Amino acid sequence: MFETLDQIFILLKQGVLGLLPQGIRPLASCLLTVSAVFSVFGLLFAVTTLVERKALGRIQNRLGPNRVGPFGLLQPVADGIKMLTKENIVPRAADRLVHFLAPVVLIVPVALAFSVLPYGRNMVPVELDAGLLFFFAVGASTELAVFMAGWSSRNKYALLGAMRGIAQMISYEIPLVLSTLAVVMVAGTLSLPQIVSAQGGYLFGWIPQWHVLTPWGLAGFVLFLIAATAESNRAPFDLPEAESELVAGYFTEYSGFKFALFFLGEYWGLFAVSGLAVTFFLGGWHAPLPMLQWVPSWLWFFGKLLFLLSLFIWVRGTVPRLRTDQLMNYAWKFLLPLTLVNLVAAAAWHYSRSWDFPAALLWRWLACAAIIAIPYVLLGAALGGGRQKTQRIYRYAD
Amino acid sequence: MELVFVIIAALTLVSAIAAMSLRNLVHCALWLVLALGGLACLYIQLSAEFVGFAQILVYIGAVAILIVFAILLTRGAGVGDKSPTVSGSWITSVCVGLLVLGSLVFSIVHSSAITRPLPQSPDLTVKKIGDALMTRYVLPLEVIALLLTAALIGAVIIAMRDEESK
Repeated sequence: MFETLDQIFILLKQGVLGLLPQGIRPLASCLLTVSAVFSVFGLLFAVTTLVERKALGRIQNRLGPNRVGPFGLLQPVADGIKMLTKENIVPRAADRLVHFLAPVVLIVPVALAFSVLPYGRNMVPVELDAGLLFFFAVGASTELAVFMAGWSSRNKYALLGAMRGIAQMISYEIPLVLSTLAVVMVAGTLSLPQIVSAQGGYLFGWIPQWHVLTPWGLAGFVLFLIAATAESNRAPFDLPEAESELVAGYFTEYSGFKFALFFLGEYWGLFAVSGLAVTFFLGGWHAPLPMLQWVPSWLWFFGKLLFLLSLFIWVRGTVPRLRTDQLMNYAWKFLLPLTLVNLVAAAAWHYSRSWDFPAALLWRWLACAAIIAIPYVLLGAALGGGRQKTQRIYRYAD
Repeated sequence: MELVFVIIAALTLVSAIAAMSLRNLVHCALWLVLALGGLACLYIQLSAEFVGFAQILVYIGAVAILIVFAILLTRGAGVGDKSPTVSGSWITSVCVGLLVLGSLVFSIVHSSAITRPLPQSPDLTVKKIGDALMTRYVLPLEVIALLLTAALIGAVIIAMRDEESK
């Protein structure tokens, strides 16, 4: 029973393939996988926009969408119809071809990134030996789409937004990659399914061996999340599309469904990078407790993914936007050194695995945590520049 | 297999030619990206996955962006250059090109490489590449790392001097 439920999608696919003639099976197999991935993440996009608007509404003490359908549940459908039926306006001065290609160049690499994520036991669309490298390689091409959109619009806001966006994405890509490198070092592989299986099993019978529960994993997870927020241009790192300064940043001159494609690309980028965080730090599709192993593995993956998405929405609703100078300083002077220190901590964790004395695990944990915590405190004090924290006085508000 | 190679090679060549001959610099840069992507496809087709992905990551993700930034920062991008595509000295350059090609073909035909049998394509994993880089080829790797660091520091110093003179 459990086996069937856990592997239900694999069995379904094999069942469908069995009905088809031998010749078209490879093609049909690809199509089935691709359509499954697209429909799941398309639906997830619709649900996330609704949840985000609702949650932001609650955080900002208002109701959020509640007109279409019960509790506003049909709002994504209404949005979709609106986007599809809107007129497509291209500025007269725009470079038409590049303007048209930019959303395509954005969507394709992001969709490719989904192909290497392990969604459950035996559920990885493409098993690559260098899966992580593939993920970051296709992710890097989205910067080009941002440039194409900003440049081809012939609009100052769009170009400024694109320049900001590219500078930010390049700066934060380095901590993003380096924070995953600690996991690669310890697991000794670039393949995502193997990294998931390295996190299987339970310590003392109930503590999951997820990387997030090790000191370097915890630090890496937090650093990864920060860099991922910046990489997907979300608040508090949404300077490239700061509404109050740049209208909508690099996609100011896009309307109708092309605008929707940029929106989709942004959210899909967030899903992909959250999926990578789940795979690398939260144990992938493994259950958190041994007695919960009867729950199908794919449910765990998507549960963790939804947890991360709600975390991102929460952060968006609570943290104010950074200034440009703060943004660059934060990436280069704070995140980058800390990720390098984290690599040292991961190496220390790797070499201390043979420690064998009473409470060795505890000491090992504390020693590795100290390797990260001491530079963190020192760096924070140095960058703070000896500024004193003072009580802020508000003249017109309590 | 052959057909795939022909398509990729034609794509790479056409985009490389477009990158040379178009007048709008940003368009040239975008075509260059396509050419670099075609090269990455060729690597992947030769089942050198690691090199192919690294090519995309480094050349499309970083070098292309650098080129684009350089174009935007140095001159009014978008205004097409009106000078003709073929310059007056084209006869000389064609001669030089033919000479180089001739000498290359000559040396390849007369070398022993052409008679050697094709080596068996090794079963390469990323782990093996990493091991080789860290053991047998560690010295060249370190030398390149030192060179790149020196270049990086040099670039920073050049950029800094400008600021001080203001």
